[in-house]
Amino acid sequence: MTDAPLPATAKAREKGRWERFRESDFFYAFKRSPVALVSFGVVSVLVLSAIFAPLIAPTNPFDPASLDLMNGFTPPMEPNAFTGSSFLMGTDDQGRDVFSTILYGMRISLFVGAAAVLFAMVLGIVMGLISGYFGGWADTVIMRVADVQLTFPSILVAMLIFGIAKGVTPIEYRDQMAIWVLILAIGLSDWVQFARVVRGATLVEKNKDYVAAARLIGRSPWAIMTRHILPNALSPVLVIATISLALAIIAEATLSFLGVGAPPTQPSLGTLIRIGQGFLFSGEWWILFFPACTLLALALSVNMLGDWLRDALNPRLR
Amino acid sequence: MSAFVTVKGLTCVFDVSKPWLNRVLERRGKAFLTAVSDVDFQVEERTTYALVGESGSGKSTIGRMLVGLLRPSDGDVEIEGINLAREEDPAKVASVRAKIQMIFQDPYASLNPRWRVRDIITEPVLTQGGDLEGLAEKLLQQVGLHPSDAGKFPHEFSGGQRQRICIARALASQPRLIVCDEPTSALDVSVQAQVLNLMSDLKDELGLTYLLITHDLTVVRHMADRIGVLYLGRLVEEADPHSLFETPKHPYTQMLLDAAPRVDGFGREVPPPQGEIPDPINPPSGCTFHPRCPIATDICRRERPATRKVGNALVACHLAE
Repeated sequence: MTDAPLPATAKAREKGRWERFRESDFFYAFKRSPVALVSFGVVSVLVLSAIFAPLIAPTNPFDPASLDLMNGFTPPMEPNAFTGSSFLMGTDDQGRDVFSTILYGMRISLFVGAAAVLFAMVLGIVMGLISGYFGGWADTVIMRVADVQLTFPSILVAMLIFGIAKGVTPIEYRDQMAIWVLILAIGLSDWVQFARVVRGATLVEKNKDYVAAARLIGRSPWAIMTRHILPNALSPVLVIATISLALAIIAEATLSFLGVGAPPTQPSLGTLIRIGQGFLFSGEWWILFFPACTLLALALSVNMLGDWLRDALNPRLR
Repeated sequence: MSAFVTVKGLTCVFDVSKPWLNRVLERRGKAFLTAVSDVDFQVEERTTYALVGESGSGKSTIGRMLVGLLRPSDGDVEIEGINLAREEDPAKVASVRAKIQMIFQDPYASLNPRWRVRDIITEPVLTQGGDLEGLAEKLLQQVGLHPSDAGKFPHEFSGGQRQRICIARALASQPRLIVCDEPTSALDVSVQAQVLNLMSDLKDELGLTYLLITHDLTVVRHMADRIGVLYLGRLVEEADPHSLFETPKHPYTQMLLDAAPRVDGFGREVPPPQGEIPDPINPPSGCTFHPRCPIATDICRRERPATRKVGNALVACHLAE
């Protein structure tokens, strides 16, 4: 009998998640790709140093008590003329250690980027599922809104949302709210591509018989969408999320550089670059150079990781 | 025995019109495709009713309406007197849903690739509420797979094994009617026989009722207690297998049987079936079979034949005797 059950012990056949991951093609491709290994390494180092910034940073740049104005404009790796202190990446005009501000700034950048992508992803997935599964007028309305939004540059949309949100928040909360408004603005400007991809995948999956099998036993549309369709639509979403993360970090930096993003009391990498470019022509290059390099390394490695992920998860490119 | 399933005047019409703007620009009206037209039949409990017909004859559409995946445009499907499409009481709907299950044609598309076999099989019970403990293992054993297969994913199985998993899922909620939509047409011939034998064993063991949708006449002869022949969404002949295969009444049934390959007819000249199934958007007038019918007369072009009893069979033909 060709269909005979294979003899096997129950324990040996059922593999854990981690074990299955270790044996997967995906992990094999990862191990073999230098681009993936290097960019994953850079991302991990940057993310870990941002998370553990308070432990790593030599000074807390936002504690006024620890600042010494005499330390201002110290070049990197050189002792200060007055105090004799030396800083890895120099100091800015107020004597803040640039290395420490970068670590703290990266926290804001990464947090805003990740939260914005998460927000965009959740919104996009919900919209895409509704649009693809129900079709009809819900589909038409959602997709036309998406089309219209795509005709505007996303940074313009983000600035518009940021402006409106800033207008409606009272002045005394503005600095506290700035980060959340930034997340909302970037997230809202970025949900469209998630919605489109999820809608496309939903249209394919909903006509498969396993969805029919779930429908005929009376499962609710919500259960079918989240339990059946979504897991099968998730791998392109993962790729877009990674690439969007790089774009969101850059969008946040752009907004902050333009002065409409993170306030100087909670500077992100973009804010640091904006502050730094004021000193560029007076010779204090390090105040701009190091935050800019960090942003470059972060965005580039996240983007390359996303590119690799797209190729690795696309069976047609194998 | 009382009829378990009663289908009366079942009709399904699909709107296949182009979008509104195209219709206005091209000056065209709406277009409708009649997939199923005025079909009546009854299925007795613990029997197998087979629906046969060419591609596009509406077999699968009837199956989907029966289990409630499609709403009939007209007519009724009653399962133990309850009409799934019209019933308002959710408790009654749930009780009917629990009684019917479906096995699909393509075992590669009918199992969610991200779910473990255990979760796939127990999903119907999970929805209705019931004891899940050891259920998947028991059902896997019942369909001839190993209990330890419950922890695997669908891609680890062959087509025949997947179809067994589908059968196990269909059995999980202890249904009384299983609609089988071409359950073996995606399988190898050797595996087909195994799956069919499993299905008939389960039928005897559990007292199941099958609605078997297929285009494979040998399968039908093997399995069915009653056969309905569909042509362009209409039931043209209904009879028990013996009468149908020995003395087919409708010219279409005769044509189908002549076209089927036979073991004893090796090297025999087979007259190819005449013509093709017509466009269901613009079906022929009168009897829809008349353009292909060798014995058609004037009345066939004008009037749709009513179903009448000829010998042991119910036939929709003006001329059959």
